[in-house]
Amino acid sequence: MFDNLSNRIDRAIKNLKGEGSISEINVASTVKEIRRALLEADVNFKVAKEITNEIREQALGENILIDVKPGQLFTKIVSDKLTELMGGEMTPFSPQGSPATVLISGLQGSGKTTFTGKLGARLKKQGQQVLLVAADVYRPAAIDQLETLGEQIGVEVYTERENKNPVSIAENAVKHAKTNGKSIVVVDTAGRLAVDEQMMNEIEAVKKAINPSETLFVVDSMTGQDAVNTAKAFNDRLDFDGVVLTKLDGDTRGGAALSIRRVVEKPIKFISTGEKLDNTLDEFHPDRMAQRILGMGDVISLVERA
Amino acid sequence: EKSRGSIFDKITKAVAGKSKVDDDVLDNLEEILVTSDVGVETTLKIIDRIEARVEKDKYVDAQELNQILHEEIASLLDENKSEDVDGFSIPEGIEGPYVMLVVGVNGVGKTTTIGKLSAKFKAKGYKVVLGAADTFRAAAVDQLKLWGERTGVEVVAKGMNVDPSSVAFEAVKKGVDSNADIIIVDTAGRLHNKVNLMNELSKIKRSMQKVAPGVPHDVILVLDGSTGQNAQNQAREFMKATEVSGLAITKLDGTAKGGVVIGISDEFKIPVKYIGVGEGVDHLQAFRKMEFVESLFGGRDATKTN
Ligand SMILES: Nc1nc2c(ncn2[C@@H]2O[C@H](COP(=O)(O)OP(=O)(O)OP(=O)(O)O)[C@@H](O)[C@H]2O)c(=O)[nH]1
Ligand SMILES: Nc1nc2c(ncn2[C@@H]2O[C@H](COP(=O)(O)OP(=O)(O)OP(=O)(O)O)[C@@H](O)[C@H]2O)c(=O)[nH]1
Ligand SMILES: [Mg+2]
Ligand SMILES: [Mg+2]
Repeated sequence: MFDNLSNRIDRAIKNLKGEGSISEINVASTVKEIRRALLEADVNFKVAKEITNEIREQALGENILIDVKPGQLFTKIVSDKLTELMGGEMTPFSPQGSPATVLISGLQGSGKTTFTGKLGARLKKQGQQVLLVAADVYRPAAIDQLETLGEQIGVEVYTERENKNPVSIAENAVKHAKTNGKSIVVVDTAGRLAVDEQMMNEIEAVKKAINPSETLFVVDSMTGQDAVNTAKAFNDRLDFDGVVLTKLDGDTRGGAALSIRRVVEKPIKFISTGEKLDNTLDEFHPDRMAQRILGMGDVISLVERA
Repeated sequence: EKSRGSIFDKITKAVAGKSKVDDDVLDNLEEILVTSDVGVETTLKIIDRIEARVEKDKYVDAQELNQILHEEIASLLDENKSEDVDGFSIPEGIEGPYVMLVVGVNGVGKTTTIGKLSAKFKAKGYKVVLGAADTFRAAAVDQLKLWGERTGVEVVAKGMNVDPSSVAFEAVKKGVDSNADIIIVDTAGRLHNKVNLMNELSKIKRSMQKVAPGVPHDVILVLDGSTGQNAQNQAREFMKATEVSGLAITKLDGTAKGGVVIGISDEFKIPVKYIGVGEGVDHLQAFRKMEFVESLFGGRDATKTN
């Protein structure tokens, strides 16, 4: 049902040709098509507007009006632009400290606990002494969930079932890690809404208490327009170090990722592509994500056809 | 906070001193709808309809335009056929227990919604049985059991890693044998593009029908209110795999507007039955069309001038 970008550009360009003369107004209508394609991929409205304005400037600057193959030039400009926006190169995840500490944050159901398990498995494979911490005291069976994952991957999980204070649980866990020779601690927290003042205060307090080496923000890649607001609100409170994109094994375009990257200016560090803990956590590749957002496989072939 | 401003303010501003719906008004409207995740296609459809209406009715002022806007958007939301006033009763003409199956992608709020539903039904004096047929996600059975304890409702479970169909079968059987009024079966989250997992739903349904033909009476697809355009794909694929008869939209207590549901309800003719507005047991409401449309526009009565 969703038209991909190459079709849109093709169509828009045909219109250009049909009219005989290529004008700035025609370019504007092509840019509008691109904007709609971005919006359908869940790129934030404001971000889409900004990006397409930049694309228009660039297209006009490169004098697309007199180019013999304006469609291809246009397509290339768009493709390059998005890749650039996704962030030039990969930013490695390498938390420092002894033990190093990682704080996991995000909305309800975004995939924090599952990611905590995945990260634990990965760190263990790298030879680290890992401690996972169950600091979600709200969700029914949240502690059991993390314990189950810990068992699956053979990593210790720190719990305090009677303690309802995530701050002291996290602090105690770090102490426990120190006395037990752990090299890295990963703290899972409850899901929370950015507008929930009390819950945002809570995670801020956890952060203050343990001063984590890395704070990660976990976001569902299917999120729509609100992703940017949420990411911004979490970043304002936590000044997180990186983003984890989950559920990319689905068929979402993932335009929210681009929007977060642009607005919050924090790197995407991991992508998660499945419910199983093994081999479903990957590094983030900006170019692939840019292509995914626009269904760009076709766009590239369009350029190559030239 | 621009996007949360009242639409009426915006419309008033946009039409001030004008005698027709011009590009400013339409651009404004487009922004409001798209930033609520309504999606480009549905937004354009709404705009077309408004233009046609205005053409026909010869619109005069902002107040009227505002009214038209609400009506047109509401008309895209499929009507809930049941006469039920509060949304939490058993549909007419069902013999034996009323059986619901709850489905959706990962982490949207299926289990929580079932917990809340069971409380609502219990409070009305119905006898409820829950089936823990998510035997895959870590501690999923524990989670549902805790909800059962919380609401005082029986949970049929056979543990983790057993065939979900057999749990669904047992749950329906238990409900029928014990003269329950309502049976609600939880399922594991599954991404709609995973063929095997989607086929599993048909199998679950067939096994339920071995106990009572004609069940489930309702299949509720749970959508996360912060999901973007991917929710369209989710609805399409779940519709194909199983006869979805109603939607539940969760997490509307955040800033996300859940606008994507408008296009879905229109395209697939499925009514929205419930909305989730929090993590607590009381945070479930029957869907009210006009309230939803209002909240899309910033939560205030848009027909009042001040
Ligand atoms: N398909 C898929 N499912 C995932 C992925 N990551 C997590 N999930 C699933 O998403 C659902 C929610 O994951 P959780 O890890 O429980 O999410 P959470 O953020 O801890 O949730 P709360 O603690 O309730 O806020 C579960 O069904 C997970 O199995 C992923 O990358 N792909
Ligand atoms: N704020 C808010 N959170 C909700 C709402 N509904 C569910 N949640 C939260 O979302 C998270 C996921 O809910 P679950 O009920 O476990 O979701 P699920 O669809 O059963 O997840 P899987 O079984 O893993 O696919 C939990 O933290 C819930 O507390 C809601 O209406 N508002
Ligand atoms: Mg969790
Ligand atoms: Mg569940």
